[in-house]
Amino acid sequence: MTALLEIRDLHLSMHSYEGAARVLDGVSLRVNKGEIWGLVGETGCGKSVTGLSVSRLLRTPPAEYTRGEILLDGTDVLTLDERQMRSLRGRRVGMIFQDPTTNLNPAFRIGTQLIDVALAAARHDPAILGLGRGAGRRARVAAARKLAIAMLTEVGIPAAESRLDDYPHQFSGGMRQRVLIAMALIGRPDLLIADEPTTALDVSVQAQILALLKQMVAAHDMGVVLITHNLGVVAQTCTHVAVMYAGTIVEQGPIRDVLGDPAHPYTQALMRAIPTRDVARGALQGLAGSVPNLIHPPRGCRFAPRCALARPSCAQPPAVHERAPGHRVACPVVEEAQHA
Amino acid sequence: MLEIEGVSRLFPARRGMFGTTAGVRALHEVNLSVRQGESFGLVGESGSGKTTLTRQILRLDTPTSGRILFEGQDMATLSPAALRALRARVQIVFQDPYASLNPRMSVHDIVTEPMLIHRQTLGLDRRQRTDRAAELLELVGLGPQHLYRHPHEFSGGQRQRICIARALAPGPSLILLDEPTSALDVSVQAQVLNLLIDLQKRLGLTYFFISHDLGVIRYVCDRVALIYRGEIKEQGETQRVFDAPESDYARSLLAAMPEVRVPD
Repeated sequence: MTALLEIRDLHLSMHSYEGAARVLDGVSLRVNKGEIWGLVGETGCGKSVTGLSVSRLLRTPPAEYTRGEILLDGTDVLTLDERQMRSLRGRRVGMIFQDPTTNLNPAFRIGTQLIDVALAAARHDPAILGLGRGAGRRARVAAARKLAIAMLTEVGIPAAESRLDDYPHQFSGGMRQRVLIAMALIGRPDLLIADEPTTALDVSVQAQILALLKQMVAAHDMGVVLITHNLGVVAQTCTHVAVMYAGTIVEQGPIRDVLGDPAHPYTQALMRAIPTRDVARGALQGLAGSVPNLIHPPRGCRFAPRCALARPSCAQPPAVHERAPGHRVACPVVEEAQHA
Repeated sequence: MLEIEGVSRLFPARRGMFGTTAGVRALHEVNLSVRQGESFGLVGESGSGKTTLTRQILRLDTPTSGRILFEGQDMATLSPAALRALRARVQIVFQDPYASLNPRMSVHDIVTEPMLIHRQTLGLDRRQRTDRAAELLELVGLGPQHLYRHPHEFSGGQRQRICIARALAPGPSLILLDEPTSALDVSVQAQVLNLLIDLQKRLGLTYFFISHDLGVIRYVCDRVALIYRGEIKEQGETQRVFDAPESDYARSLLAAMPEVRVPD
């Protein structure tokens, strides 16, 4: 079966004055419909870049895809030209970003912005508006307006019709994020990429937005890649998780396997650093050292310089083991230690 | 040590170019008391009045009504000289270590600046200030080799350590920590939180810890108060508030908290 999204061995370099930074180093990920994948990791690990690559929103140069492919329903988006990409963005792939304030134009009414997106999506697929190909502009705008109201209602904005004429500043942060979700879903995408959608929001609003996201996945049969640095958000929302470190996925799999039985030393370290209910004061463990320089990354396993289990063989690229169905760990040392 | 008694702060209505803005009741009858040597947590969402309250404690702003006592003294009645002496004892660490360090100053200048401002209280000469800066850097896990570097040479976690060293410089007894780790990654956050806990043990500091991250508050604080729209909704021992919240607000906040647990 073709996956909705399949990233295969993706390598990405970013050119800078100091040289080429190897920002992604063999990222592989498979997302099916109905799955919510959490992409977690710390600042600079490549999670946002992975998300942006899927909709090809990185400028090339400075970015350069050196190896690998990104298959969307079997088509490699890296081979498409800009015109073809434009028909995918918003239609097949929806995106939501962190800051709901900067992603809405303050000078236009919410309704105008939503209707624009609906009309643009309808140029590629007139069925979105429920009209035939020959419909006039007036009919299309009226249908787009109706769709905008329906989407706003669906994402939980009360009195949606009257709010179409409001400007973004008249909405709260949580409400703006709802508007952006409506905007991302208006073209009925199969894949939604949400890059830190709740980081700028308060916890209670965050919980509402995450619940909404789950509900939308169920209602529209989408696949989601949720990019976040918060493992709590992942535990609350996702079906699967991929843990990234310095441009590589170190561990991935169903949420229960990865959080219940974290195998990679980095995943374990990350979990030991989170203040949970059972951690006594002073007992949290930080992670010594710092993230490697990506212009001259360590050979082999990129986590090895900070890893307690590191041994000479870690200078080889780590082989990936499958611990349980779908639960993959890029650390042979852990695997050997368990069988010894 | 710190008594906040019936403090309210109203920002009055204003008339401007685009019409009249409504007045805002940022704080309403806030009562809190922070004991010597404890970590007191203040939790609230954005716009709840956390920062306004901090500004009242630092006396950067004056409450509309109510009073704030630090070690029994009402801050509003102090002479400017007495207030300055008192400010050496109350210091603050801000949220964003990228914005709160002057990029053009060396770490030495950053850490010795409070000692210079409070030289009348502290009585340290130039040499002693430099020695103390080096000691403070060691205390926060950096070293004398970092004295003559500039902020851009440090990572986020290291910068926050510099901010902590600067806060410790005038020998405070109370430190206000305004979201000190929310700009940091979790692995770095853990180190900074442990540093704060360690410093508290060694120096007998009192912390007033402001955060919206309930996990962090639970890890660090002895007692906690929840603030919502300028009113304290609940306060008590941290464990009690987390295990058996009494107010509806506390219950809804705890229910929304994203805990890392394995789903069944």
